[in-house]
Amino acid sequence: MTEVQRPRERAAVESAPALPRLLSGIRAHGALTLEEHLALHGPLPTGHGARRRQQREHAAMLIDEIELSGLTGRGGASFPTATKLRAVAGARGRAIVIANGAEGEPASLKDRTLLEALPHLVIDGGLIAAEAVGADELILCACATAPTSVEAMEQALAERERELTGGHAPKVSLATVPGHYVAGQETALVNYLGGGPAKPTFTPPMPFEQGLRRRPTLINNAETLAHIALIARQGASWFRQLGTSSQPGSTLVTLSGPVAHPGVYEIENGASLSSLIDASGGTTARVRAALLGGYAGAWISGGHLQGVALSKEHLAPHGATLGAGIVLLLSESACPVAETARAARWMAGQSAQQCGPCIHGLDALAGTLEEIALGRADARVTQRLERLASLTSRRGACAHPDGAVNMISSALEVFATEFADHARHGACEGCARAGELPLPLRPLSDESSGKKGARA
Amino acid sequence: MSHRVEVNPITCEAHGMCAELLPERITLDEWGYPLIDDTPLHGSQVEHAIRAARACPTFALLVKKERTERSGRVRVRSG
Amino acid sequence: MSLLAASGPSIYWYLTRSTGAVALLLLTISIVLGVVDVKRWSTPRWPRFVVDSLHRNVSLLAMVFLVLHILTSVLDSFAPIGLSEAFIPFIGSYRPFWLGLGAVSFDLIGAVIITSLLRQRMGYGTWRAIHWLTYASWPIALLHGFGTGSDVKATWLLALSVGCAAAVVAAVATRVLSGWPANLGARSAALGGTGAFALFLLLWLPHGPLGSEWARRSGTPSALLPHAHNSSTKGKK
Repeated sequence: MTEVQRPRERAAVESAPALPRLLSGIRAHGALTLEEHLALHGPLPTGHGARRRQQREHAAMLIDEIELSGLTGRGGASFPTATKLRAVAGARGRAIVIANGAEGEPASLKDRTLLEALPHLVIDGGLIAAEAVGADELILCACATAPTSVEAMEQALAERERELTGGHAPKVSLATVPGHYVAGQETALVNYLGGGPAKPTFTPPMPFEQGLRRRPTLINNAETLAHIALIARQGASWFRQLGTSSQPGSTLVTLSGPVAHPGVYEIENGASLSSLIDASGGTTARVRAALLGGYAGAWISGGHLQGVALSKEHLAPHGATLGAGIVLLLSESACPVAETARAARWMAGQSAQQCGPCIHGLDALAGTLEEIALGRADARVTQRLERLASLTSRRGACAHPDGAVNMISSALEVFATEFADHARHGACEGCARAGELPLPLRPLSDESSGKKGARA
Repeated sequence: MSHRVEVNPITCEAHGMCAELLPERITLDEWGYPLIDDTPLHGSQVEHAIRAARACPTFALLVKKERTERSGRVRVRSG
Repeated sequence: MSLLAASGPSIYWYLTRSTGAVALLLLTISIVLGVVDVKRWSTPRWPRFVVDSLHRNVSLLAMVFLVLHILTSVLDSFAPIGLSEAFIPFIGSYRPFWLGLGAVSFDLIGAVIITSLLRQRMGYGTWRAIHWLTYASWPIALLHGFGTGSDVKATWLLALSVGCAAAVVAAVATRVLSGWPANLGARSAALGGTGAFALFLLLWLPHGPLGSEWARRSGTPSALLPHAHNSSTKGKK
């Protein structure tokens, strides 16, 4: 896919007439205006203008409602949103809210879709979150390599200028952040917004206690905030009408690979993978395997995809999660060994280059995988891979090396036969074909390469 | 109250003095970076850990003090 | 006391020269050890923490000798040197420029020593940036030694100075070349500066301290010059 495919307004799941929710009213081109947004969803129930005590009560009620809804973060970690809100609300100092639309994962397009098509949903969510934690500042972050989303957000903020310059509204600003992978990591985002590089920092202190300008900082993914915007209007019970009991609600998923219409879809949590594929117009080639959760995620082989449902508990037995809602399908003509090696090399290149074990470990892992793909590996390569994995995982300041090791270990397990074949016989015909997994064409030091999801 | 050793992987530049001064808890990987065993330190090991933390040229080695009665953790740089 | 002064240099004069020479030697060793340290050199008998501790301790010892050097030069009654001249450069009357260089060097070294003792209270980046001043302090100290010393032409001191200079040049070259070509600008400047300094010494020494009448040319008060007191000395030209 070379540009964002606007999903059609339709139910993506068999038994859920209540979809779409977030993607309601989405247009083929352009963003929903403020008027259209309000006509669709109604006014935003804010506590602005009320007295201090009532504001605090309102804030507590908001957090309670979000807790009842069971909303979890949509940025990949699936952390309970209410817990995060409470932690920031309870920390010392005036809070700051950051709406994370950085989306450095090349296989994910949902956040930029929200920002460029439904900006008011994200802004609403940010304002509610700011109320909930008593923040006086809201910073909306868009990706520098997605200029359409930046423009849409600027336009949306201009539309709301009067509302936002009122005395009780927090100070709202828009920031554009670099597009590389780790730039969207929470401490990296705080680092960048504080004037430093977009690289992770050592914790503690965690952002919720001491983040931007040493203040408690709430960082929520753009989609999470969009959900909050609707929960604030329609309530927790409404939210729980969809999804599973442990993972209620709906989720935005970026589907790519051999399907008729790859792109962003809204699914009910727990929907089957086959219903998602149906909604995208069906497959255009046989599916060899799926990579769920992106380049820090896990593989599931084609044979096991039949009954797979997209929720935490259904994916756990496969060792996988949806991550930031990413489903990458690999066709039969692709070579999983070559693709894994490519993805591993890319992940190695995305290291912030701050921690020795990440720099050396990911490079060594990628190099070893490349050797296997070319048939140059020796007999002890399995042990070497295991040793490298244990030397690399959990020894960096952030979870980047852990994610890469997770993806690589999963590939080694799921594609054990293919890896063994390559180790013995070298490259296969699938290796020679252009890479299927969406990885940026050029190294991300050149931030003008905006073709996220382009085929290399 | 227990003491543990931890490394800040960002400031660590693989000088390797920590492994020399606290071999009971720290070994070096093939790239020269510390592999930390974070089991609690006993008795005189705490002094050696503090000395190792002071010797680190980039202050990457940290000696953490944990109050086991409360759930809070206090990080002590080098005693 | 004045009878002793008339008959020859006092004990303090000898002490200030010797402690100065030892300080130069120790500072040289410190720089060499600093480069060995940052290059992470070690053997089973010379582990990393020993090299590092040695570097720190030699530097502190150099500071001790520097302090003795300053105190003895003040106590010596031959040249009118006040204590403040050790810290504030160029304010004295005895060879003000060359003595002042010593004060500059001492100030730089002092900053490095103090920040190193207080390392834990400042950011690593700040400490490191100030530590680079050692590379500036050394050539200034050497020039101070050449400029102020009355026995600079003595073979032992010349040999010591040249030996120390060679050691420092080798250390700097080693430091600059490791990690080449990262930070090419800074590294090239360092190499260029070192080369230029060496060249400057080669050209200047014969006409300067090793040339004639250096004592007068360097700013020794005329009352202290040899021909002023001893009328039987033939004036040299």
